[in-house]
Amino acid sequence: MIEAAGLTKRYGDKLAVDDLSFAVLPGQVTGFLGPNGAGKSTTMRMILGLDAPTSGTVTVNGKPFDAADHPMREVGALLDAKAIHGGRSAYHHLLCLAQTNDLPARRVGEVLELVGLSDVARKRSKGFSLGMGQRLGIAAALLGDPRVLMFDEPVNGLDPEGILWIRNLMKALAADGRTVFVSSHLMSEMEHTADHLLVIGRGRLIADCTVAEFIERNSEQQVKVRSPHAAKLAELVTAAGGRVRSEEGTLHVANLPLERVGDLAFDNGIRLHELTAVQASLEEAFMELTKDSVEYHAAVPAAQRAQATAEVGAATEQKAEA
Amino acid sequence: MTTLTAVSLPPAKGRAGFPGALRSEWTKIRSVRSTTWTLLATAIVTIGISTLFAWGQSGHMGREDLATFDPVRSSMFGIVFGQLVIVVIGAMTLSGEYTTGMIRTSLSAMPRRGVVFGAKLTVFTVVALITGLFCSFTSFFIGQTFFHDVTLRTFGPVKNGAADQPVPSAPVHVHLSTTLGAPHVLQAVIGGGLYLAVSSLLAFGLAALLRHTAGAITAAIALLFVTFIMTQFLPHDWAAHVDKWVPFLAGSQIWGVRKLGDDSISMFSAWTGFGVFTAYAAIVIIGGAILFRKRDA
Repeated sequence: MIEAAGLTKRYGDKLAVDDLSFAVLPGQVTGFLGPNGAGKSTTMRMILGLDAPTSGTVTVNGKPFDAADHPMREVGALLDAKAIHGGRSAYHHLLCLAQTNDLPARRVGEVLELVGLSDVARKRSKGFSLGMGQRLGIAAALLGDPRVLMFDEPVNGLDPEGILWIRNLMKALAADGRTVFVSSHLMSEMEHTADHLLVIGRGRLIADCTVAEFIERNSEQQVKVRSPHAAKLAELVTAAGGRVRSEEGTLHVANLPLERVGDLAFDNGIRLHELTAVQASLEEAFMELTKDSVEYHAAVPAAQRAQATAEVGAATEQKAEA
Repeated sequence: MTTLTAVSLPPAKGRAGFPGALRSEWTKIRSVRSTTWTLLATAIVTIGISTLFAWGQSGHMGREDLATFDPVRSSMFGIVFGQLVIVVIGAMTLSGEYTTGMIRTSLSAMPRRGVVFGAKLTVFTVVALITGLFCSFTSFFIGQTFFHDVTLRTFGPVKNGAADQPVPSAPVHVHLSTTLGAPHVLQAVIGGGLYLAVSSLLAFGLAALLRHTAGAITAAIALLFVTFIMTQFLPHDWAAHVDKWVPFLAGSQIWGVRKLGDDSISMFSAWTGFGVFTAYAAIVIIGGAILFRKRDA
């Protein structure tokens, strides 16, 4: 159980985390979703006491993390798999961590076995592949048999086999009654693992709901309409109860069926150039939701952007079929 | 990937604290090769240069040198260079945590930072003291074998009745070596080890302040070496006030049986000087510890 209340972190005049309040519950995988730079890592660092909050509090299992008798039994975290001394063997890396919490040395062998690194236990971690480093980081997180596990972007750079392994591990840990808190900037990743979602953008909480709710709320049917009289149509659609987002003569209408939009246009003599039903994917929903809160926008010309969106859509459809 | 429950993890007792942190820091320092190599380098440089210097000096002694000869300092001269190597270990022990990112993993395992800093400082102090004392005692004993029987250099011409008749004098042998039982000698040899250890602790503190290996080493060398070199260019009336406070001159009074520095300038006594030197290191370490606890890791 992780509880944050009014958690805020300011770097100079930049608010990295802005008044976050949430609870991460045991027995499920909670996804922490947001674009790069949204404040996910900073939040996780504050939970661990690596960064001090500017204001607000966060507790783990009811206590500030640094007040725990045996911190590693409370929280196991993998924030950055590269945050290790490469000159030290996997065994000694884990041993020196275990010793700080008075954990028995034989536990080191046990977690090495668990993550499949027993054969390279005495090798210096400098030579480890990305996947092996990630496994070593997970071994460290599991050392204290903790009640809360935190993973920051755990699948970044992993091969499909490694991704599957981590997904199953997180599900198993949650099924075991533990609190599992995992961050990602990819909605598609969360679709496969998370039960609950915390979505943040620019340091602010945007959504706190189950994955099912998020899908229901955000993947509604939309209607795309192109018309030379878009402004007039927009008024009519809004009056009929639709939500409209317009850009350069194209309207995206939500909350109103396609037939109704077509009838409205016909009844009022508005010429239409296009009328299409659009199924927003979760990825699009997430992008839409966090659009205003993305920290760094790439300067992409409009035409290219449209094409890119189309490709993303196509890719999502293929995945759905598979 | 089915069993996650810890079969062999006994229920928690008490509270994790300093003893565990000490064991952890000992594991850390002994499990990286750089420790072995840098400790070895410190010993080779200190003992090697001490030996060379003692050997060279024992062959170049004249009568006029006898009054100022310090058999202890002359046997441990390599300390001047050894300190440049041991500061590297001091700096790396702490800054290595930052440059590798290990600090974030370490503090995620033990978030009570005072415990982590204290344990690391304690383990490193013990390692540095053992290294320093090994270097100073070994250098001392090797040096005494050279000073045991020194043939004084003769300056010809030596007047012997008739003017302008250089007569080579008979070689003069003197025993310049000393023993640990002689006054102040044991203190000075131990002092050599202490001086090396405190130099590296100064670098440890600087690394905590700067969190950067090269920066900490540069700062340590600047404090230990460059300040000393600068005093050589000071006008005398300034030097009279400044010299004794210079870290190298203050700290080095202890590792000899004679005063170090210009005869006409008053210097601290052995232990006062060493106290001043240790105070410098302590200030830096305390500052480093405060930042270590407060700063975002």
